[in-house]
Amino acid sequence: MSVDQTLFREALLTPDAPRPAGLSDGVGQPAGRRFDVYRNNVAVSLTEALETAFAVIRKLVGDANFKLLAGAFLRQHPPSSPLMMFYGAEMPEFLARFEPTASLGYLPDVARLELALRKSYHAADAAPIDPTRLQAMAPDVLMASPLVVAPSLQLIRSPWPIFALWDFNMNGGPKPTAGGEDVAVLRAEMDPEPVRLPAGGGTFLSQLLQGAPLGLAFETAAAEAEGFDLSHMLTLLIGANAITDIGDTP
Amino acid sequence: MLDATKSHFDRLPHAPGVGYKPQHFSDLLENAGSVEWLEIHAENYMGDGGRPLAQLRHLSERFAISVHGVGLSIGGEGRLDPDHLARLKHLVGWLNPASFSEHLAWSTHDSAFLNDLLPLPYTEATLQRVADHIDEVQEVVGRQMLLENPSSYLAFDESTLEETEFLREIARRTGCGLLLDVNNVFVSATNLETDPISYIDAFPLDLVGEIHLAGHDEDHDDHGKPLLIDSHGREVAEPVWALYEHVIAKGGARPSLIEWDTDVPDWPVLEAEASRAARILETVV
Amino acid sequence: MSNMKTNLAVAGAVAAALTASLGAPAHAQAKEKCFGVSLAGKNDCAAGPGTTCAGTSTVDYQGNAWTLVDAGTCAEIELPAMADGTERMGSLEELDRDLPTG
Repeated sequence: MSVDQTLFREALLTPDAPRPAGLSDGVGQPAGRRFDVYRNNVAVSLTEALETAFAVIRKLVGDANFKLLAGAFLRQHPPSSPLMMFYGAEMPEFLARFEPTASLGYLPDVARLELALRKSYHAADAAPIDPTRLQAMAPDVLMASPLVVAPSLQLIRSPWPIFALWDFNMNGGPKPTAGGEDVAVLRAEMDPEPVRLPAGGGTFLSQLLQGAPLGLAFETAAAEAEGFDLSHMLTLLIGANAITDIGDTP
Repeated sequence: MLDATKSHFDRLPHAPGVGYKPQHFSDLLENAGSVEWLEIHAENYMGDGGRPLAQLRHLSERFAISVHGVGLSIGGEGRLDPDHLARLKHLVGWLNPASFSEHLAWSTHDSAFLNDLLPLPYTEATLQRVADHIDEVQEVVGRQMLLENPSSYLAFDESTLEETEFLREIARRTGCGLLLDVNNVFVSATNLETDPISYIDAFPLDLVGEIHLAGHDEDHDDHGKPLLIDSHGREVAEPVWALYEHVIAKGGARPSLIEWDTDVPDWPVLEAEASRAARILETVV
Repeated sequence: MSNMKTNLAVAGAVAAALTASLGAPAHAQAKEKCFGVSLAGKNDCAAGPGTTCAGTSTVDYQGNAWTLVDAGTCAEIELPAMADGTERMGSLEELDRDLPTG
């Protein structure tokens, strides 16, 4: 009989399904647990990919629970592309829905931060702007101009203390306390770093990412956060090579 | 994307290479020993930038590079993923590697990528499908590819062709070359109770552009018979070295790769494996 | 905020940021940038560890086998729910309550 790939795939991802007929040990006996080598390879390799991709989630729920979670995830969401570096994009939504983790409201945003770190790591390189170009511009022209940010810059805004959760688990930082945090992922050279943004910083970056002129981004942030420190934000971004160009005035 | 590399290696040397692991980056630049070329897994260098491509660019100035795809699913029942083909074309165009190879296997079905090299029955129908896919790959990527023999843990009742016949005919129809994985030959022969020497003697060695060597694990099937697993996680086994010597004595020197993908050792351990391959290659020069 | 005030604020901030940036250490050379750890996510062509059991386990993928014994660091973290506006605590005691008994 013919074993097509639909049948093969079904049996691979369903551990208690019967193994396909028509497969043998080469000398007449049914393949039996030889088929399980492939089942094992698929489940183990995808679980390992998720373990390295979501190291903080794994620490938060524990190793044994993470294996269980990964087993459920990989069956619901097998990779849709051969690039394992980007596997797991559906993890935030999955964590919100998966019964044992659904009440841990902060997990999806922690997973978003971990996805953002990988995205940043593989993002295109871009030469930083020569900062004296900013200085040379007339203030009213600069204010009307958007700033172009590096492709590696990522912004995650959360009602949860996601930087503190990351820091607690990865660097032994202090125990997280309640409060939302906006986090920028900055990649000065090759290594992405999550940075906790000061009040107004998330709004400011969000505006820049949408292409808003610098003046509008500043005003929006300042209206939201009293005492928003533009100088501090620009120092942070320039220091991390995160500004690459001055866009055209709209 | 970085500028195109300035790689000046148009072929792999008939010498040892290793599968590149980032933890060996500085060892390779400072103390490569007998290692003259590197193989990378194509999919790990399909991001837009950052350290992986920067390292690859740097290494390509010093070493010939082989791009080895692990995700194209050439044996798949469906059409090849055009996005993935485009990514391969882009990588090969940017890097201009000395060689490009892929597997006789499938890994994607109904747009789900299963991250394993899954087996195919050897029939006239699968032969034509694989040949059509290889024609498409060589057309899009714009160069000859090498096709690698798989590790087998089971056999399909519906198969009507020997693996060596299948590979020889694929190469004849498409003009592709072959990548002979000697560990895979030994693993498959043990698992399916066939003779590895007869396999080598039936293999078209003149079409072999590259050889793979790797370590395997030992398990057993339901009846207690040996079941070898292609784990790439230890030294090359003694009977695989013996089979490699037979291949080199019969077919001549070829670019020979040590693959070590899990429990990756410190550089001196990996280099020692490459040195052993170098000594065997020297016997036929 | 008037345009004039924004202009002055932006100009001042740019000047201050440049002063701070000029004192920053020089960036690494191309080769040095290549060194360093690689980040998650790679493709291999190796088979899994030499056992066939891990992929064939029939544990309950719906989560009934979830354990509080090896619970991870979330057991130490108590964060009142904010996003969904409920009173539930994001802690394992609450998770325990949500699991079927027996």
